[in-house]
Amino acid sequence: MTERTARLRPWYLLSPALATITFLLVIPTCFILVYSFWLRTATGADQAGFYLSNWKEVLSDPFYRDILFSTLRIAAITTVICALTGYLPAYFIAMSESRHKSLMLLLVMLPFWISYIIRTMSWINILGTTGALNTLLIDLGIIDQPLSLLYNEPAVILGLVNFLLPFMVLNVYVSLEAIDRNLLDASRSLGASELQSFREVTLPLSLPGLAAGGLLCFVLSAGTYITPVILGGPRNAMFANLVFEAIITQLNWPLGSVLSILLLIVLGAIVILYNRLVGIGQFAKTFG
Amino acid sequence: MTTPTHSVELSGIVKRFGDFTAVERMDLSIEEGSFVTLLGPSGCGKTTTLRMIAGLLDPSEGDIRIRGRSVTAIPIHKRNLGLVFQNYALFPHKTIYDNVAFGLKYRDIPKSEIAGKVQRALDLVQLPDVGSRHPRQLSGGQQQRIALARAIVIEPDVLLLDEPLSALDANLREDMRVELKRIQAQLGITTIFVTHDQSEALAMSDTIVVMSNGHVEQVGGPEDVYVNPTSAFVARFLGNSNLLPARVGAREGDVVPVTVDGFGTIRLPASRCTAVGQSDRATLVVRSENLRLAGDDAPVPGDALALPADVTTVDYQGQAARYFVRIGDKTLQAVNAIEMHPHRQGARVKAIIRGRDCTLVPEERH
Ligand SMILES: Nc1ncnc2c1ncn2[C@@H]1O[C@H](COP(=O)(O)OP(=O)(O)OP(=O)(O)O)[C@@H](O)[C@H]1O
Ligand SMILES: [Mg+2]
Repeated sequence: MTERTARLRPWYLLSPALATITFLLVIPTCFILVYSFWLRTATGADQAGFYLSNWKEVLSDPFYRDILFSTLRIAAITTVICALTGYLPAYFIAMSESRHKSLMLLLVMLPFWISYIIRTMSWINILGTTGALNTLLIDLGIIDQPLSLLYNEPAVILGLVNFLLPFMVLNVYVSLEAIDRNLLDASRSLGASELQSFREVTLPLSLPGLAAGGLLCFVLSAGTYITPVILGGPRNAMFANLVFEAIITQLNWPLGSVLSILLLIVLGAIVILYNRLVGIGQFAKTFG
Repeated sequence: MTTPTHSVELSGIVKRFGDFTAVERMDLSIEEGSFVTLLGPSGCGKTTTLRMIAGLLDPSEGDIRIRGRSVTAIPIHKRNLGLVFQNYALFPHKTIYDNVAFGLKYRDIPKSEIAGKVQRALDLVQLPDVGSRHPRQLSGGQQQRIALARAIVIEPDVLLLDEPLSALDANLREDMRVELKRIQAQLGITTIFVTHDQSEALAMSDTIVVMSNGHVEQVGGPEDVYVNPTSAFVARFLGNSNLLPARVGAREGDVVPVTVDGFGTIRLPASRCTAVGQSDRATLVVRSENLRLAGDDAPVPGDALALPADVTTVDYQGQAARYFVRIGDKTLQAVNAIEMHPHRQGARVKAIIRGRDCTLVPEERH
């Protein structure tokens, strides 16, 4: 094989993936970018051209900024909750010497078999005024009036955690599973207690999984649209709901495009920053 | 009570995994400062034994004492043992310095002394300048030296090594053998070394514990187990031996006449027959280097048995040759130094077995 073909080989192998990404992601995104500079006229028709008025409107109106910030806040809270509650089951499964390990993993993935929308809607039956929880509390005589547990931010976060937890568990599990058990034996033999070994060896070596799971949870929850629609109230709209509103309800493609691109830029910047700080790539090299 | 010269004592140690007994009724006393090797084929329970001493496995029965104190109820991190693994097991996310300093953090050692101790350990393994690197930036041999430094820097009561050299290539393994022995002797640290490589065991040990199927076959110095095997298993496992079924005659003073089936009678010094009691049947062990092949006209010493033999295969090795010879209906192996020319294939030679070169062991159970 000549040096030239050797050099080109990775590109041949990557070409199907590159083609798919180009046609399904890059080109549509470019269209959206172009749309964002068009103008929506009073008649409701879009006028092609290069107008900055949509951008000016979105960037100057505090309405959009507030919703962007609350979206990022919800995503961050969801991520932290997923990390805290997902680590434990991942640790338990990875360290288990049970023969039923793969069954346990299957159970983690079980929710994926049910539509995300149905899973989200099922919370209405649990948290609604006549839902399971309120009925139970009233029957037990703990409360007289049903609590309003739905259509607020905690309900949205609950729905998101419910949706995203398996992603966190699986990511953390994979990195825990990859840890050489001899490292823990070595650490123990050198004098570290079980807890100290966890802090010094297990936790740092599982950080890449935690970081990857965290990023996934953050990006997916920041871009979510269904959960706030089903479980949130009128004031719990997230950024993707604005895009839906602009494009589908108002048929305002230029505005919707601006909002989409803005979310893309913000999330992209966060991913890059996060990568710098946590160094996902750096961690990958540690084990390379 | 226990004598203080014994560093490690196993009494009646048993380890069962479900129905399977990995180690059965093991008794062993290890002297302070000695280098003891657990030697045996794969699956004989060496690692299991070592892990029980380390505290990584609980024995099903029996007691383990280290420096006179029973440790079976003491958790691993309080046992003060140095552990070295086949795959090095260095912490990949820590620098070499932090790896070596790891165990010192959990001991009452003033911070100011840690750096000095780490440096002395790195000097001892002859890698003084790698402290700031990460494990992945070192070669396999270097990583194993660091693993050793990490284990000895805590001044453990016992150093436990599980096949520490078997991931290294042949040349490096020889170097590391010498190195490890030097460090062990210099520190005078009691060492238990696990291997299935007999040459490693013979070269390094003060005492070899030969194991098979979860029990101890023989304990002794390298020369002892090599020259005086007490069982057919040990004779077969260490070096290269011919095992000949034989009948034991009545002892005549210091001599025991042994009749090898089909070969005739050979007279052994009684000191070579201690492994066999009053039994009638036994197995005669003739090391392949003690089966001498000579020309037809060579003189035969008085205590020797001389048998006509046909050379079937010659395996030329430079200074020596390995021969397969047919004597009667048996094929035997001989390794002889070459004086002038090796014997030729097909040649008729005289196979000479001297009584004092042989060992009698109990008949093999089949
Ligand atoms: N956790 C376990 N569960 C069940 N059986 C085990 C377990 N650990 C070891 N064994 C069995 O116990 C026996 C002894 O194992 P051990 O690892 O001590 O062998 P070894 O002498 O170290 O062999 P090797 O030279 O291959 O490392 C083996 O037959 C092994 O299959
Ligand atoms: Mg082993």
